[in-house]
Amino acid sequence: MEVIYILWLRQIKRYLKSWARIVGSLGQPLLFMVALGFGFGPIYSQAGAGDYIQFLVPGVIAMALLFTSVFHGMEIIWDRQFGFLKEMLVAPVSRLSIMIGRNLGGATVAVFQGIVVLGLSFAIGFRLEHWAMIFPAIGFMFLIALLFTLFGTIIASMLKDIQGFHLIMNFLVMPLFFLSGSFFPLEDVNRAVMVVVKANPLSYGVDALRGTLVGMSHFTLLNDFAILASVTFFLLVLASYAFSRIQA
Amino acid sequence: MIVEAKNLVKKFGEIAAVDGVSFSVVDGEIFALLGPNGAGKTTIIKMLTTVLNPTSGELSVAGYDPTREERQARRSFGIVFQDSSVDEELSAYDNMLIHAVLYHLPKEGRKEKIRQLLEFVELWDKRKKAVKYFSGGMKRRLEIAKGLLHHPQILFLDEPTQGLDPQTRSHIWEYIKKMNQEEKMTVFFTTHYIEEVEKMADRVVVVDKGKVIASGTPAELKSRTGKESLEEAFIEFTGRDIRDEEASSLDRMRQRLRR
Repeated sequence: MEVIYILWLRQIKRYLKSWARIVGSLGQPLLFMVALGFGFGPIYSQAGAGDYIQFLVPGVIAMALLFTSVFHGMEIIWDRQFGFLKEMLVAPVSRLSIMIGRNLGGATVAVFQGIVVLGLSFAIGFRLEHWAMIFPAIGFMFLIALLFTLFGTIIASMLKDIQGFHLIMNFLVMPLFFLSGSFFPLEDVNRAVMVVVKANPLSYGVDALRGTLVGMSHFTLLNDFAILASVTFFLLVLASYAFSRIQA
Repeated sequence: MIVEAKNLVKKFGEIAAVDGVSFSVVDGEIFALLGPNGAGKTTIIKMLTTVLNPTSGELSVAGYDPTREERQARRSFGIVFQDSSVDEELSAYDNMLIHAVLYHLPKEGRKEKIRQLLEFVELWDKRKKAVKYFSGGMKRRLEIAKGLLHHPQILFLDEPTQGLDPQTRSHIWEYIKKMNQEEKMTVFFTTHYIEEVEKMADRVVVVDKGKVIASGTPAELKSRTGKESLEEAFIEFTGRDIRDEEASSLDRMRQRLRR
């Protein structure tokens, strides 16, 4: 138990020490909210679809969660380069507890980031449907963050160095993000795109945040939860297998 | 025999870094694995310490097979790696604390032990500083302090004193010798400082190009070659050409960053 705690704490300490990264990683979501929110807002409401900011903010929170958590999962590559991975690999503790500690830490950091983005969104006019729904929303944030930290861990376990990181970011993470319904409503979407959207776990995360924060849900919250939870569990099994096989 | 290797082979692609190595280490002795750069020493230590799987051959560490009984094997040893194994973003103290938790040091007395070792390597005053601001020698001392934090049955040291001044080196070796004598801890080390071997090692195995080329006590190796010092005997065994070593991943990255 203490092993999980200390590796969780390690991720938090690393995060709190990197002020530049915290501020830097808030820039992108803020830009998306301002540029897209105010840019597309007028067209969106002319089309009779309502307030675009309300629609967009849950998507931008999901984006912040996705990027932060994949990054933290993939930090194993940095640990490999700087040597700390060896420290974890030879330790007389189960690799499962190491993996869980790291991932919970990464997920916590991502949720924190998501909450900050939510806080910022109030400044550009975002309003909650009901304040009490913030609690299930944070619960969903954690589920999304954990899912994608595990995803990052699995990928990083298979990569040897930092070169592969950008490849994964551009060819896997960016499509996940754009094809999740973060920015566009899923009603009347092209059928081929819809197939991809439905296969993308982030879509259910975006939908769940929209359902809790602004009361709009395409798939229903129950479905969102069931799918996110089962994918997370599946990735947990896969990640423990991948992490147990890492060699230095 | 507390550590044993039989016909150990590790191939990376076509190249055999370790090519049929056999040796054994007696419980409680100080054992030195010598060899020029690229001889396969680090690869052997990595396989003994469960982080790399051999291509073929048999291994035993404290009676366990490190490829199949990793957990039990890991409980028996401690290791100081050749290159960094700390989190450079965190402070020296945090690194020690993480290590203490990973190695199940009892909560009471943990802080005292960390303090004792950080004072021993003269880093206690710098304990709150992030390791990335440390000099090479300070980092090495921290690695050693970390490795000595718990008292394992077997201690692996891969070029532990590389780059340290003679005072610090002899200081550290005294401590290791004391642990070896008082607790019957087996010490398995590699080094390029041959005088350390001459002074400390009970037995030596010399490897070159992935093969064992000599073994025995330092005195035996000297008398076999008819040389005055172990250093001369070592050169006699391994020849005079200078070897290249493959850059470690950290070196590779440093080179990339520099570009």
